[in-house]
Amino acid sequence: MILKKKELNHQLKNFTINFGPQHPAAHGVLRLILELDGELVTRADPHIGLLHRGTEKLIEYKTYLQALPYFDRLDYVSMMAQEHTYSLSVERLLNLKIPIRASLLRVLFCEITRILNHLLAVGCHAMDVGAMTPFLWAFEEREKLMEFYERVSGARMHASYIRPGGVAADIPIGLLDDIYQFTTQFYLRLDEVEEMLTNNRIWKERLINVGVVSALNALEWGFSGVLLRGSGILWDLRKTQSYETYDKLNFKVPIGTQGDCFDRYLLRIQEMRESLFMIEQCIVLLNDNPGLIKANNYNVTPPSRLEFKNSMESLIHHFKFYTEGTIIPAGEAYVATEAPKGEFGVYLMSNGTEKPYRCKIKAPGFGHLQALNFMSKNHMIADVVTIIGTQDIVFGEIDR
Amino acid sequence: MLSHIQYKNKIPYILFQKHFETSSVVLPLNSLFFSFTCLKKHILYRFEILTCISGVDLLNSSLRFCVVYELLSITYNIRLRVKVFVNEVKSIASVTKIYINANWWEREIWDLFGIYFENHPDLRRLLTDYGFEGYPLRKDFPLYGYLELRYDEKKKRVIVEPLELSQDFRFFTFENPWS
Repeated sequence: MILKKKELNHQLKNFTINFGPQHPAAHGVLRLILELDGELVTRADPHIGLLHRGTEKLIEYKTYLQALPYFDRLDYVSMMAQEHTYSLSVERLLNLKIPIRASLLRVLFCEITRILNHLLAVGCHAMDVGAMTPFLWAFEEREKLMEFYERVSGARMHASYIRPGGVAADIPIGLLDDIYQFTTQFYLRLDEVEEMLTNNRIWKERLINVGVVSALNALEWGFSGVLLRGSGILWDLRKTQSYETYDKLNFKVPIGTQGDCFDRYLLRIQEMRESLFMIEQCIVLLNDNPGLIKANNYNVTPPSRLEFKNSMESLIHHFKFYTEGTIIPAGEAYVATEAPKGEFGVYLMSNGTEKPYRCKIKAPGFGHLQALNFMSKNHMIADVVTIIGTQDIVFGEIDR
Repeated sequence: MLSHIQYKNKIPYILFQKHFETSSVVLPLNSLFFSFTCLKKHILYRFEILTCISGVDLLNSSLRFCVVYELLSITYNIRLRVKVFVNEVKSIASVTKIYINANWWEREIWDLFGIYFENHPDLRRLLTDYGFEGYPLRKDFPLYGYLELRYDEKKKRVIVEPLELSQDFRFFTFENPWS
């Protein structure tokens, strides 16, 4: 059949498609409405809330200690980092100082969490783009790190280890040796992942100059963490608004130059190296600092098992501590820490009872995802997957 | 850390508070847009980043809602909390023209608290389900909600029903005689 030129329909319409919520590259339950002009994305409208569990509402009905496990379940690949922020905000309300050993243990596990998160971020990102192998290697290492979680807290993922006033328990004998063993071999695994990806032609073609964010745009969109540093802004809360014992540790903050997805990938790899370095320093410091792992304040610390087996008062204290909870003086605090994904903040408002009056969770992914439309404009549809991967999105924290 | 003297005469605030080393200012409703422009652009403040906006339901206060903006200045490494009080019938000026990322934070507050933002480009519900009614983070909204969803075997689809609890929701508050 031969068509005459005038019979051809020259009117082109933009195509609107649904991406997700069941798409494996959508990192969970992201429903994305993409308006396409050919293969170019003209508009991306994320629909979120498919994993909304009402965490903030639930927390208002729990005591301060009972609210803690909800934080593990927000961003379920960087669990302890969020417990940490919450614990810090409760401590800020109580104006409480914690012992040095507790602080070091927190830093140790926060850095383990950072590696845990970045391994998943880089691994899944590589898989979304098409490289299967680094994902498998990353998950093998993640398994080892989760074993450290398990040995210290009893749970592989949702640890509830970092608590207001310190940590739940001291580390078992031999764990530090094994973490050291891990650090000695993990360098090699990182090198292997880099050998696979950094000079890979396909990986570079898919990532370089994709999702470019200038420094100005990064500030405009309120980015934090790797997305901000990838655009060349030196801003790391561990350095600039130091908390815990980060000021005692020696580490560097890598920043990007181009602000594209490849820079952010390199940053994540480099941050893992720095975390590893910090873990080694923490191991040394922990050996030098034996002592308490909880603040010596009966408001936030339960009695030890030995104590409440032997003394009636301790038993009463234990009972009241876990049923009634702790009364926190009225006030409000916003505490932000450098979680692996960016600035994770908790705005806690207390009205002088044992339950939080309001607990607002500032998730880094929430801020990043709303810039998806801006980042993916005029990119190919396949690049949207790359950009979602580089934003390191986890729906637990975005939907809350 | 900026003290309240540095904010005086520049921003028309009602109240200056300090909570654990963080300053916060309470702004009147009508000067919101001006104050945020000043806080972002003024050489003294340079609050480039809007970190988050949270809503608080102060049930028994005369102005029921408090909207809390967290600002961060990377240039000077300071944080500032800005508060605005509003009731159910009044609306707040949207700051999306100043801070682009206020878009979703304001949508979230509209969704969960029902506070209306004027001149917002796209004020839809964000976190709750399509077709959801009510504002779940208000203190008078019950924790368990009003409706429940279940899969109906006969109709072969998910149906929405009024909630039926076999036992009343129990909420324990401990009156502490010693506090």
